[in-house]
Amino acid sequence: MKLALLSDIHANLPALEACIAHANAQGADQFALLGDMVDYGPYPAETVERCRQLEQEGAIILRGNHDTCPTQESDADATWGNMATSWTFKQLNQDQQAWLAQLPLTAIIDNVFLVHATADAPEKWHYIHDERLASRSLDAASKNPEIRYVFGGHVHQQSLYYRGSGNRLMLFQPKNGIAIPVGTHRHWLATVGSVGQPRDGDTRANYALLDSETSQLTFHRVSYDHLIVAQTMRDLGLPEALITRLESGR
Amino acid sequence: MTRLVQDSEIDGFKIGPRIHGGAMASIYSVTYADGRTALFDMVMKVPLMRSGDGGENIVSFEIEHQLLQVLHGPHSPRFVAAGDLSRVPYLVMEQIQGETLESFIRTHRNQKQALSIETITHLGAKLAEALHSLHQQNVCHLDLKPANVMISKDDCMVLLDFGLSYHAHYPDLLAEELRKAVGSPAWIAPEQIIGVRGDPRSDVFAIGVMLYEMTTGELPFGSPTTTGGLRQRLWMSPAPPRALRSDCPEWLQEVILRCLEPQADQRYPSASHLMFDLRNPNQVIITERGRKIIRKGFWWHFKRWLKAAGMQYQASPLPSEQISEVPIVMVALPNNDVSDATLYALRQATIRSLGTRPGAKLAIVTVINTGIGAGSDSNQSETLLQRQHLASFKKWTEGLNLQNHQASFHVIESSNVAQALLRYAEGNKVNLIIMGAATHGLALQNFITTVPISVAMRAPCTVILVKENLPFEQIA
Repeated sequence: MKLALLSDIHANLPALEACIAHANAQGADQFALLGDMVDYGPYPAETVERCRQLEQEGAIILRGNHDTCPTQESDADATWGNMATSWTFKQLNQDQQAWLAQLPLTAIIDNVFLVHATADAPEKWHYIHDERLASRSLDAASKNPEIRYVFGGHVHQQSLYYRGSGNRLMLFQPKNGIAIPVGTHRHWLATVGSVGQPRDGDTRANYALLDSETSQLTFHRVSYDHLIVAQTMRDLGLPEALITRLESGR
Repeated sequence: MTRLVQDSEIDGFKIGPRIHGGAMASIYSVTYADGRTALFDMVMKVPLMRSGDGGENIVSFEIEHQLLQVLHGPHSPRFVAAGDLSRVPYLVMEQIQGETLESFIRTHRNQKQALSIETITHLGAKLAEALHSLHQQNVCHLDLKPANVMISKDDCMVLLDFGLSYHAHYPDLLAEELRKAVGSPAWIAPEQIIGVRGDPRSDVFAIGVMLYEMTTGELPFGSPTTTGGLRQRLWMSPAPPRALRSDCPEWLQEVILRCLEPQADQRYPSASHLMFDLRNPNQVIITERGRKIIRKGFWWHFKRWLKAAGMQYQASPLPSEQISEVPIVMVALPNNDVSDATLYALRQATIRSLGTRPGAKLAIVTVINTGIGAGSDSNQSETLLQRQHLASFKKWTEGLNLQNHQASFHVIESSNVAQALLRYAEGNKVNLIIMGAATHGLALQNFITTVPISVAMRAPCTVILVKENLPFEQIA
C-alpha cells in the first residue's frame, strides 16, 4: 500500500489538487485526509465537494477542529479567525455542513492509526509540540498491539518522532523527498504538515507518503501557484493576516 | 542466533563456509541456492544475538541495513538482500576480495618491516578518498579502524561495517538523551567520547590515528579500557611521530597531528582536503606542529587536563552546511600569451568565489603545453619549473586575501591542456574550477572545441568561465 497522508487543507483547492497529482505520480493507491478541510482558505464549498469525491473513490477522511460550525453564532468582528470561520460556513450548504460534522475523529488502516490531533484525546485537539506530547499520543494508539504508525496533522509542521536507543521519543526533522526507513519493529509518530497553509517559511504544500511494502516514509513539498490563491482571498475580502501567511508560508 | 550449518539454505541462499567469527557477527560465504551465478562473490553477515544482548547490536544491524541499501560507488560493498529482523536477521552483500588494512599492517609488523613513507602516504590518500565519497553521500562512518578497511585487489579502499554510522537524512537510531561514547576506543574521536554523533571530522580523526599507527607502529592514545583513559585524548597531545620515527618527514607529522587535533574545527574540514595534502606533500605548510620532536611538557598538559577535567572541553559545533561548502577551488592560470586584463578578471573572480566560502582551499594550476613547443625542454624537473612560475604566481596572488585560505601552486606539463586540467580536478576532488574563457579562440569554436569549452563539458564540478571586458566587435 502507498498511503498518501494529507492534512490541514484549509479550503485551498489548488494546493490540494497539486498534492493529489504529486501523490498519484508517486503511485499512491490509498488517500487519507486527516482533517481541517475548510476554514481560512477561499474555496470551502469546492474543497468539500472534492473531498466527497475522494471519499467515494475510497479515501479515508477525518474531522478536524475547523470542520464543524461553531455552535454559537460568532461575532464576525471579534477576530480575523472568527471572521474567516463565519464566512466559510456561509459558503457551505446544509448538506456539506452535515457531511463534515459526521466525519469520524480517528481511523485505523492495517497498522496505521490516523487522527487529526492526538490519539490519547482526539476531541481535545492537543498540539504535538514536543516529544512528551508525541509520546502520549503514540502510547495511547499502540495499546492496540497491531499499531506501528500514528499519523496526524494539526500543527502545520512536518516532524517525525521515533525511539532512539534510549526509551524516550526523539524528534527528527525530515528533509523534502527523502525516503526514510521506518521499520515495523518500531513505533513511529509523524505530523505530516499542512497542504493548504504551511507555517515553516516554505510556501509549498506539504504531505507525506507511506510505502508499507518497503516500510519507507517520505515527506514531500509540492509547489503550486499560492500567489493566485492569495489574490483570490484578497478579492473576497478575507482577513489580511491569512493572506500574508499564505504569501510568506509563516 | 546459533551457528549456521554449512550447505543449509536461507531464503534462497546456500550457506558456505564461515569465513569470519567476531564478537558482533559471523560472516559466511554464500551462493544462490538455485545455482544462478551471482554478478560478484557474496557474503552473509549474521549478527550474534544472545538472550540478554542489549538492543544496541540489533540497532547496529538495522543501521547497517539502511545504509548498505543507499550507499553507492566503489568504496562500499554492494547490497544484495536482508533477512527480516524478527525472523532471521542477516545481510547479504558483495564480498570484497583483498586484505584488510589491519592484516596488511600486521604482516609488516610481524616481518619487522616499517611501512615506507610512500606507502603510508599512498594508503592514507586512498583512505581519505574513500571517506570523502562516503561523506558526499551524507554518511559519517564513526567506526573507522584498520579492521574495517579493505584494500581491494585493484588497489581501491572499501569501507566496511556501518553499524555505528550516521546518515544525515535519517533519524539517528543510536542517539539517545543520555549521550555516551559509541565506537572503538583506539580510534574514536574526542567529540564522540562526549556523545556527539554526525561530525564528518570525527572520521578524519580516525584516519589520523591510522596514519600515526602506520608511521610509528604505535597507537597515539593506546587502547584505553576505562572512561578516564578514553578521556585522555580530550587534552593529551600524542608523542610527535618524528620522535618515534626519525625518517618521518615534517610535512607528514603536520598532516597527522592536524587530523588528531582535539577540537574538530582545528582538523581538516573535509577528507578531500586531507587527501589533497597527502597527494601534494610539497604544498603542506609546516608549522611548529610538524617540526617538534619532543612532546609538550607537564605544565602544558596539566593546564589542558584541568580544562578537560572541569568538563570545559566543548565539542566544535557540527558543520551546518554540506561538506562541499568548504571546497577546493582551482584556478587555471595561463602562462603565456596572456593579457593583464585576463589575469585581472581571473583574480576578481577568485576573490568573489573565496569571499563566500570561508576555509576554502585554493589550488593555482598552470599547464605548460608541451605539444606546441611553447613550454620548456623536458629535462627540466617539476621543481625547477615550479620555481620559475612561482614568482608570477606570487605576483598574481597579491591582492587576494588568503588569511583563511590555504593556497598551493602546481605546474603540470602536458600536450593536452584540457585533459591535464580535468585530470587534476578529478584527482584532487576539486569543487570549483575558475578559468579564462579564451575569447580569441571563439571564431573557430564551431570547428574546434576550445580548452575552456571541453573543460566545462567534461568537468566533475562547477566551472566559472571568466571573460575580460572586450569590445563587442572583437568577440564577434
